[in-house]
Amino acid sequence: MSVLEIKNLQVSVLTDAGNKEILRGVDLTIRSGETHAIMGPNGSGKSTLAYSIAGHPKYIITEGSVTLDGADVLEMSVDERAKAGLFLAMQYPVEVPGVSVSNFLRTAVTAIRGEAPKVRTWVGEVKAAMASLNMDTDFSERNVNEGFSGGEKKRHEILQMELLKPKIAILDETDSGLDVDALRIVSEGVNRVKANSDLGVMLITHYTRILRYIKPDYVHVFANGKIVEEGGPELADKLEEKGYAEYITA
Amino acid sequence: MSLLTSNYLTPHGREEEWRFTPLKRLAGLHDLSLDVADHISISSKAALAAGVSLTTPDAAEFPPGYASNDVVTNRIRQNVKKISLLSIDKDIELSEPIFLKRSCGNTAELSRLVIQAGVNSRATVIIENNGSAQIGEEIEISLAAGASLNFITLQEWDRDAVHVGQHHAIIAKDAQFTSYVVSIGGSVVRISPTVEFTGPGAFADLYGIYFATDGQHLEHRIHVDHNVPNAKSRVNYKGALAGNDARTVWIGDVFIHKGADGTDTYELNRNLLLTDGARADSVPNLEIETGEIIGAGHASTTGRFDDEQLFYLQSRGIPSDIARRLVIRGFFAEIVSKLKSEELEERLMGRIDDELAKVGE
Ligand SMILES: Nc1ncnc2c1ncn2[C@@H]1O[C@H](COP(=O)(O)OP(=O)(O)OP(=O)(O)O)[C@@H](O)[C@H]1O
Ligand SMILES: [Mg+2]
Repeated sequence: MSVLEIKNLQVSVLTDAGNKEILRGVDLTIRSGETHAIMGPNGSGKSTLAYSIAGHPKYIITEGSVTLDGADVLEMSVDERAKAGLFLAMQYPVEVPGVSVSNFLRTAVTAIRGEAPKVRTWVGEVKAAMASLNMDTDFSERNVNEGFSGGEKKRHEILQMELLKPKIAILDETDSGLDVDALRIVSEGVNRVKANSDLGVMLITHYTRILRYIKPDYVHVFANGKIVEEGGPELADKLEEKGYAEYITA
Repeated sequence: MSLLTSNYLTPHGREEEWRFTPLKRLAGLHDLSLDVADHISISSKAALAAGVSLTTPDAAEFPPGYASNDVVTNRIRQNVKKISLLSIDKDIELSEPIFLKRSCGNTAELSRLVIQAGVNSRATVIIENNGSAQIGEEIEISLAAGASLNFITLQEWDRDAVHVGQHHAIIAKDAQFTSYVVSIGGSVVRISPTVEFTGPGAFADLYGIYFATDGQHLEHRIHVDHNVPNAKSRVNYKGALAGNDARTVWIGDVFIHKGADGTDTYELNRNLLLTDGARADSVPNLEIETGEIIGAGHASTTGRFDDEQLFYLQSRGIPSDIARRLVIRGFFAEIVSKLKSEELEERLMGRIDDELAKVGE
């Protein structure tokens, strides 16, 4: 049982014109097994929340705390956060030229598990995970995200999640850019990890269609740098129908 | 063949071809203010295969096969009494590389090496440069029709070494020359890989990697001369720099002369700045005298280390030092993988890791 606790998180980003305040006091608690959908307009700060938790150096925490099972996440380096059990599936996964997917996955798994995976079982493990995400095994020899289509990048993110087995995963618009089949396959991947490891999920999305596959326990409306309303799955349907107008004008 | 005596002058540093080079650190190689030993430092690391020979004939027996306007090259030609000659007989196909090494020791040296690859021969020649040195070097490489030669030079010198060299390839009809210039060690390394074609269907593929750290000056001056129809050339050099006063220079001159119809050429140089205090100069230059070509282009970029890549790798649990190493290995991988030798690949990547670990010490 793990708990990610975000309390009064305030975050700025360094711009040419000085510090720009983006998160204005976010409170959110995610426990193992729970799925929290975060929905909100473009530019409201959802990715900022995700990146701040993962430790991207661009974001400056000005106030508040983030803890995982009581441990101070904000004090950890980026790789320590991953080792502690946090995973961020990025909205825009980064291309790493010259580094093959297989080398990358092996290096990451070695770091997270604290020992190199057994050569024998490892190859099979990767193959099986790729097959279940409908990824061609050719991807192993390609460079990380280089020339991947939008949907392929997203599958590759979920592949990493399956292999790294985090406690809490943040999925930042993993559903964007997926065709209907890919959406189902990726959702099944997330549900598989949830079933196997009691994963806690923060699911950032603009669309309710992914929520048909991955059932949220809670839906949070995010606007202007904070959570402005919380509810159950029915809130997502209301948002789809009425949009964010009533939250933005506030 | 006449030498270009008009250029046979001591450089002062303002000349176009010397303006990037720290002459004071050349130990007198450019003006011969140093004592030069009559010493031949090149030898084979292993027994040579049948059809291959390494000898030291009198220089007079092997007059230069081309005119060079390089000052140091001309000094060498004036001074050496004996040359090194590596011959590969016609039709010889070697599965193992010819591995040569230099042991220069403490005496300055002028060296002329001639490599002759016979008709339809196929071989790989590796020259390993280790230790300390003050060397002026000319390597003249001629490929007879249909020959295929991989030519690899490894500059893994000690930090006090000074190396000024010209590697000139003369490529006949349907011959294929692939060169890899790897410069990692040395205080000052200034190599001019130059190429000319003598028949159609000739192909030159010129690769290079260099990694300069604190105080090193690594300079590569490529010159490809397209003077016959239907020859092809590719140039791809990649360099990384780290630490105070790490300095690299890359010059890429490609000339397509009148009559060189059907020429196909592309040159590329990419530099990766890993820290502040380092400087990379990159000067591509393409001159075209005929419109009847297949293609001609160049690209040059110098960029900083991409922190987003580092973040991505770290967010998967990979510690920052390993992540950095992965990104830098990745940067060079495109070229290093072309060596098609796992042993060499590991050796070079290992050297690059070592250099990286030393930065700022
Ligand atoms: N370097 C920067 N300079 C100025 N503004 C920035 C910078 N980085 C981020 N921002 C701003 O921060 C705000 C929040 O961005 P963020 O990416 O978190 O939004 P989001 O909710 O994820 O949006 P989307 O739904 O479009 O993905 C945006 O208005 C964005 O323009
Ligand atoms: Mg976003």
